[in-house]
Amino acid sequence: MADIKYTANDFKSDQYVRFCPGCGDHGALTSLQRAMAELGVAPHETVVISGIGCSSRSPYYMNTYGFHTIHGRGAAIATGVKVANPELTVWQITGDGDCLAIGGNHFIHSVRRNIDLNVLLFNNQIYGLTKGQYSPTTTKGFASKSSPFGTVERPFRPAELTFGARGTFFARCLDIDVKNSTEAMVAAARHKGTSVVEVLVNCIIFNDGAHGWIASKETRAERTIQLRHGQPMLFGNNNEKGLVLDGFSLKVVTLGENGITEKDILVHDATTHDSTLHNLLANMEGPDMPIAMGVIRDVEEETYNEAVHNQITEVQATTTIRSFDELIDAMENWNM
Amino acid sequence: MADSTTRNEKKHVVIKFSGDSGDGMQLTGTLFSNLSAVLGNEISTFPDFPSEIRAPLGTLGGVSGFQVHLGATRVYTPGDDADVMVIMNPAALKVNAKSIKKGGIIIFDVDTFQPADLEKAGFSSENPFEELGLSETVQLVPAPLTSLTKKSLEGFGLDTKSVLRSKNMFALGLVCYLFGRPIEQAVHFLENKFKKKAAVLQANTKVLVDGFNYGQNIDASISRFQIGKSTNIEKGRYTIISGNKSTAWGLIAAAQKAGLKLFLGSYPITPATDILHELALRKDMGVITVQAEDEIAGICTAIGASFAGDLAATSTSGPGLALKSEAIGLAVMAELPLVVIDVMRSGPSTGMPTKTEQTDLLQALYGRNGESPVVVIAASTPDNCFDYTFAASKIALEHMTPVILLSDAFIGNGCALWKLPKLAELPEIKPNFAKPEMKGNIRVTSRDEDTKVRYWSVPGMEGFMHRNGGLEKDREKGAISTDAKNHQTMTNIRQEKIDNIVRFIPEQKLEGNPDADLLVIGWGGTHGHLISAVNKLNNEGKKVALAHFNYINPLPANTEALIRKFKKVIVCELNSGQFVSFLRSKIEGVSFEQYNKVEGQPFTVAELTERFTKILEEK
Repeated sequence: MADIKYTANDFKSDQYVRFCPGCGDHGALTSLQRAMAELGVAPHETVVISGIGCSSRSPYYMNTYGFHTIHGRGAAIATGVKVANPELTVWQITGDGDCLAIGGNHFIHSVRRNIDLNVLLFNNQIYGLTKGQYSPTTTKGFASKSSPFGTVERPFRPAELTFGARGTFFARCLDIDVKNSTEAMVAAARHKGTSVVEVLVNCIIFNDGAHGWIASKETRAERTIQLRHGQPMLFGNNNEKGLVLDGFSLKVVTLGENGITEKDILVHDATTHDSTLHNLLANMEGPDMPIAMGVIRDVEEETYNEAVHNQITEVQATTTIRSFDELIDAMENWNM
Repeated sequence: MADSTTRNEKKHVVIKFSGDSGDGMQLTGTLFSNLSAVLGNEISTFPDFPSEIRAPLGTLGGVSGFQVHLGATRVYTPGDDADVMVIMNPAALKVNAKSIKKGGIIIFDVDTFQPADLEKAGFSSENPFEELGLSETVQLVPAPLTSLTKKSLEGFGLDTKSVLRSKNMFALGLVCYLFGRPIEQAVHFLENKFKKKAAVLQANTKVLVDGFNYGQNIDASISRFQIGKSTNIEKGRYTIISGNKSTAWGLIAAAQKAGLKLFLGSYPITPATDILHELALRKDMGVITVQAEDEIAGICTAIGASFAGDLAATSTSGPGLALKSEAIGLAVMAELPLVVIDVMRSGPSTGMPTKTEQTDLLQALYGRNGESPVVVIAASTPDNCFDYTFAASKIALEHMTPVILLSDAFIGNGCALWKLPKLAELPEIKPNFAKPEMKGNIRVTSRDEDTKVRYWSVPGMEGFMHRNGGLEKDREKGAISTDAKNHQTMTNIRQEKIDNIVRFIPEQKLEGNPDADLLVIGWGGTHGHLISAVNKLNNEGKKVALAHFNYINPLPANTEALIRKFKKVIVCELNSGQFVSFLRSKIEGVSFEQYNKVEGQPFTVAELTERFTKILEEK
């Protein structure tokens, strides 16, 4: 099995991909298929689960086992699949409405339990399939069909929610940046536990340019920082800028200015249990700060599926009850 | 034990223990029931308790009761009215005053019948028995249970609270004496119960034995009872089991029989939670239980496990079933096996969570969007919860469909004798797995053309990959489809698949007199009361029959023919007429009479016989 080399094409189904032309989901899907090829898990041992929404159509386009379920419940159904058969590699594809509004409860609890799922959260900050209502990640004040005078709601930040639920893995990537997206998805799959990958995707119809600040390749190096574990937090066209701690906040500095050298720059540690710095990084916003991309948090902890099966193994190692008949006999019983 | 002179030989006795919800009445009743069963009696129990864990002490709302019916012959119900009542406080007396038999015995804790206690229970005089009109009709046995318990535990160094909590054991000891139960056996039960708590065991044993001895000392003043061993019971090994526990056992047996792992996704809800408790204990059997974040996740984790190839179940009660509706629809559309257990309670909304009712039938049959047929089965006794849970699992796995199993608070919490089954004696379960020769050539919609059952292939199987989901699928290709004709075809197939199951379920049985003047129809947990009423009338020379349904959708094949044989038909349910409306929609031209009750309580045999007699007398 390990000798078989897969290509992205091995993970493409025969179905015509019905995302809108120019939709960011196309790029995200490509990245996922490439990540799957790189991981080398057989298609029949891979399961893709989704809820409802544009992104949730993805299972139909994957040549794996797939289950397109009901709105918001993908996390719960994926939990059942993974706990029932931990040998499977389980992906959950979800959107900002599916994951954080109707499915918010299931999302935080799957993260809290640390079930070994790879959650791809396609965040376009809008409801697409229902034709353009604001979502829990829509920027405050945004005018949509259901908020004609602008939303009055404060949006969620998916990373903050993940950390609040004691998440062990969080990465962020951009739909059109297939290389870094593939890298983030591969890292997510290799992480044991719930891995949340926020894929910033563009909805060309209802929220075009929501991630426009970092969309352009020319300015992306200036406006984002691609984090890598063990590497200094440098960014900019020539890696001339870096991040340092200033009190309890992050600050952008320039190498060579005010005597700053590379030694002063923070080194990214994705594996530290304390999520304080991860949270600061994930919450950075333009224009003053770069948007943090890549694997922000990647911490090892026991997974729920392991714990469930370990407990069963432990009990079974010492029990004298091994069959239904023995179970029945173990109850207090008498002849009549 | 020396036999006393004044023994009442009885074939049946009903005993009720009643007190504050902290008085330990459930434990007392359970111990006494088990003791009686071990000694050869038939039993049926009915725990009736408030939903509050500890309502204010001594109030009507905090009264918790446990009724048990002992018999030397067949026992079908916990009984209507009690022959003997053990009453721990005035509130318990007030709540139960109407359900003591004429000439019955009330043993009461005289220490708790102080003016303040009486006032709390809403009595206006100092003689509550007179106030309730009981002083002439029942035999009163005042016993200072509290003070005698205190005396019994002097020198044990226990705090007052712990001492007071032991008075149920004093009552149990006394009742054991009255019913000729050997005290050694009762002590043995206590030892099992408090295996790991030596101090508690010691104190409880002391009080129990003192209660028993107290009975001996006051022997002359009370009637004693003798209930012989049941002789008409099928020989074999027996235990006592509650409906919820036997439901859990049914799932375990079915999983073993099918060669699958068992998965339960559930969320705590009264009165169904014991099913989760029992299965959570069964790591030895490899059972996976997920206590989910809500009812929806309960069923959705189960659907995920079913997709992955387990025997999957979810357990709940009415409000939870409502929350699961959409997900049941997904299992219908995805054609996945799933057992949904609804231990019905009083509704609507939160209703009366610990009280019984049969008000979820129409929700089970119809409570989903779209044309969404499912199999509906109802268990009818605590012990046959096992059989029908097994049957529900078998149908789900062999017909690739969700099955809703209806139980209720009455049979779920109630206990009955259970003849221990052997796995080998149970029917085979053969899940409809895709066959190896289908490899590489199978669609999500591929099915057995005779039964319309979809083939089951699960992740991990090479060459069987597919995409399932809640969107309509093309009948041939399995891809998503909005084709008009295809949707009609698929709707018909899903219905036909369920209708076909009629070929795999038994015909409807008739009990009682086959040439009856009146056919009684019931379903689910009311069987005990209905058959008791029917037997009673037949013994009186009347001609009555009972058709008690366990298979509701689809109905057994002979249902219509069977019903049409009778001139008078009455459908009895603990709701406002849900099954009768279902029957009317299936069978035209039959004039169904109804007997309905929505009080959160089971039927009484008395009210049923009265109603049946009246119908029989009508021209």
